[in-house]
Amino acid sequence: MKSGEIARAASQALKALGLSFALALAPQAALAVAPAPAASAPAVTSTADAAAPAADAAAPVAAAAGSYTPLKPIEGVGMPVDGAIGLQQQYSPLGEYGHWMHNVVLLPIITVICVLVLVLLLIVIVRYNRRANPVASKTSHNTLIEVIWTLVPVLILIGIAVPSIDLLAKQFKPAPAKALTIKVTGNQWFWTYGYPDNGDFEVVSNMLNVPGQPTINNGVRDVGSKPWDGPSHLEVDNRMVVPVGEPIRLQITAADVIHSFAVPSLWFKLDAVPGRINEKVLFVEKPGVYYGQCSELCGVKHGYMPIAVEALPRDKYNAWVLTHAGGVIDGQKKPEAAPAAAAPVADATADAAADASEAPAADASAAPAA
Amino acid sequence: MATTAEHFQAHGDDHGHADHDHKPAFFARWFMSTNHKDIGTMYLIFAIFAGIVGGAFSGMMRLELAHPGIQYLDTFARWFGATNPDFNATLHTWNVLITAHGLIMVFFMVMPAIIGGFGNWFVPIMIGAPDMAFPRMNNISFWLTVAGFLSLMTSAFVPGGLGNGAGTGWTVYAPLSTYGSTGPAVDFGIFALHLAGAGSIMGAINFITTIFNMRAPGMTMHKMPLFVWSVLVTAFLLLLSLPVLAAAITMLLTDRNFGTTFFDPAGGGDPILYQHLFWFFGHPEVYIMILPGFGIISQIISTFSKKPVFGYLGMAYAMVAIGVVGFIVWAHHMYTTGLSVNTKMYFTAATMVIAVPTGIKIFSWIATMWGGSVEFKSPMVWAMGFIFLFTVGGVTGVVLANGGVDDVLHDTYYVVAHFHYVLSLGAVTALFAGFYYWFPKMSGRWHSELLAHIHFWVFFVGVNMIFFPMHFLGLQGMPRRYPDYAEAYAQWNSVATDGYMIMAASLVIWFINIAYAFTAGKKAEGNYWGEGATTLEWTLSSPPPFHQFETLPVIEATAHH
Repeated sequence: MKSGEIARAASQALKALGLSFALALAPQAALAVAPAPAASAPAVTSTADAAAPAADAAAPVAAAAGSYTPLKPIEGVGMPVDGAIGLQQQYSPLGEYGHWMHNVVLLPIITVICVLVLVLLLIVIVRYNRRANPVASKTSHNTLIEVIWTLVPVLILIGIAVPSIDLLAKQFKPAPAKALTIKVTGNQWFWTYGYPDNGDFEVVSNMLNVPGQPTINNGVRDVGSKPWDGPSHLEVDNRMVVPVGEPIRLQITAADVIHSFAVPSLWFKLDAVPGRINEKVLFVEKPGVYYGQCSELCGVKHGYMPIAVEALPRDKYNAWVLTHAGGVIDGQKKPEAAPAAAAPVADATADAAADASEAPAADASAAPAA
Repeated sequence: MATTAEHFQAHGDDHGHADHDHKPAFFARWFMSTNHKDIGTMYLIFAIFAGIVGGAFSGMMRLELAHPGIQYLDTFARWFGATNPDFNATLHTWNVLITAHGLIMVFFMVMPAIIGGFGNWFVPIMIGAPDMAFPRMNNISFWLTVAGFLSLMTSAFVPGGLGNGAGTGWTVYAPLSTYGSTGPAVDFGIFALHLAGAGSIMGAINFITTIFNMRAPGMTMHKMPLFVWSVLVTAFLLLLSLPVLAAAITMLLTDRNFGTTFFDPAGGGDPILYQHLFWFFGHPEVYIMILPGFGIISQIISTFSKKPVFGYLGMAYAMVAIGVVGFIVWAHHMYTTGLSVNTKMYFTAATMVIAVPTGIKIFSWIATMWGGSVEFKSPMVWAMGFIFLFTVGGVTGVVLANGGVDDVLHDTYYVVAHFHYVLSLGAVTALFAGFYYWFPKMSGRWHSELLAHIHFWVFFVGVNMIFFPMHFLGLQGMPRRYPDYAEAYAQWNSVATDGYMIMAASLVIWFINIAYAFTAGKKAEGNYWGEGATTLEWTLSSPPPFHQFETLPVIEATAHH
């Protein structure tokens, strides 16, 4: 077992322990410690080893109430590829349309235009240089050809405009009323994701530090693994987890200056503007991790607030929701049974402890959890 | 043209003062100048200096971007006066670099060179006027530009938030530029724009008045050389757009210093309002930078093809159309801000319309060469390079015009590639073409044609290496204005940085060429390009007399534009 997996299992175990012995303080302390030594792998591993035996005992309980193991990103999926020259592979219906629009409609047209101009220039160079054509013609007007090179571009542009307007219209199709809503907030310099339909908990998402580079923030993954697991500059501690295969209503705003929420492989970019809520539908076709980066200059660490969208099947998404304090599955009533209520208390305390070590203020969901 | 230089200049003694070519002493000539050619020369020298500064900033950026991670920014932060910069101050330096690079290149390099420099030098001569309409206002236009540049330079050394300098980007978006940046740096930057803008408005008034009122007898609007047409359209764009910028940045100033909340939602303001105001100026601004380039290219193509410009009227009114449509497409810079679907559809359609007059220009240039007897002197080689590079930059503009496609390309390196193809490779290539076309006219000395050709080819390879891979980076999603990037973007960034070195080498060749011209260059005759050069500047000596056309030239009714 790689140390990353051990750490992940261990953290899971710790959550499970918290669930089983709701008020046992010791494991919570361990959980709070685990994220703290962000950059030092050995520390995480040793904590994991210590806690490992507990994992098996508590596993069944954990599965019932909520569990989550971060997906391992697949190389080249949902992230840039070195040396690539085209658009990223798309994982949403609109993305596929846009991809087609660019690769099949626009790219061939602009290539042909450039090649046409180049060929005409080369013909001029060969045929109409001073030696080949010593006497210049005096032609300076030709109404027919002027009309042609005005009208043909107009027709080409109309040909582009038809699918382009169609793509736009589809992008503005609102989400169905029952769709899951996720609130995205841009902050200097991290993202927070609120889940109002899932008990209104909030996820604070910081970039994982890049080994060998100055510490950007205290970002560490809640559910452990090596902090630098995942593509550099793109991986975060807490991803925005979404259900796969259903329309999701993203409501985007900002807490300070303008940011922009962008995920290239999902054909998604919408500015986060303070004082406004921008809304757009996100639809992810395949489970996976899709990376993006803030796309509006927002201050010094603009380059260090990436976005990681993790799309999970519904059941796994629901299980992830239940790992959060106060997490409820959307469309269901808030559970009132004692065992379930116990979990949030434990988690809330743990989250608060973990968050205390992070730059942003404590998790907003911690307070209303009980 | 039946007129000759001798014909115009033979009347110096008729005017009561002994020597009409008498030049004032150094200080009076260069610091209190009212002579359009001297002011044009100062604009060109200033633009070259500002271009070196702005180009050095881009070199610092390319150096930092050569590899992932932060390598040099700490050193650069110290250059801007930070004694022991923390990591935030280090990163802030990056934002200062991108801001300063953009502002310098737009307001203090391209605009002064193409309008202030070539416009001042050749608009009066081409319409047969002795000088600009308001020579003293011409002087204050120039010195306000210099003052603006000094204000911008000052801003780099005073606190601007987490480090020295204004780190807002050249667009100065609120609220990053209001409550997002404390300290006086942003105020100095805004003041720089006010000064440069005021200078440009006065320049625009000067050009419009000169072109409307001071054309020589017989020089009707439809006989004006296309360069004059291009400067006329540009002057109108400046006159109509710059006041809007002035208003927007004044509102920034009051938001910053006097507690107003034009752009602060907490007081009922709206950050998006700033973007509308800025881009109402900003989009015409990009045409302000390229239209005079179109004019220069038209003159050069016609000269070296030994043919009149094909479709003269279409060419002139295509520029007017670009200018008019340029005012109603601004929100394509704002596709991701949350515009409504109808707004996005309108701006998509309107933006694509611009491709039509631009296409007319490209095809008319080619048609001008078609059937010509083309001589590949250095200005012509630069002009043909311009046509190709501008086409590449133009077609990516058509891609970006699509609001639905822009969702993935907005604020990525694809946009950086696009606007550098039309500006850095378009406007700047036109500037070099104009430089080699008119340098012997302005200085009276020949540059080396061989070095000018080498300069072109090295520059062409260099800039394409810098900017073509940026299309790939953008398509792969690399955002703009990042000092650091994922390892997957390493390969093309490294190529771009190599390209920068090649481009920088080409500039060394250019400087050597200038030095050669002033030390060993042959004397240039009046019309050194021969039969194809038909506009009025070729009827004068090289350099032209200190005051030209004391007797106005008369343009015959049959004479060709």
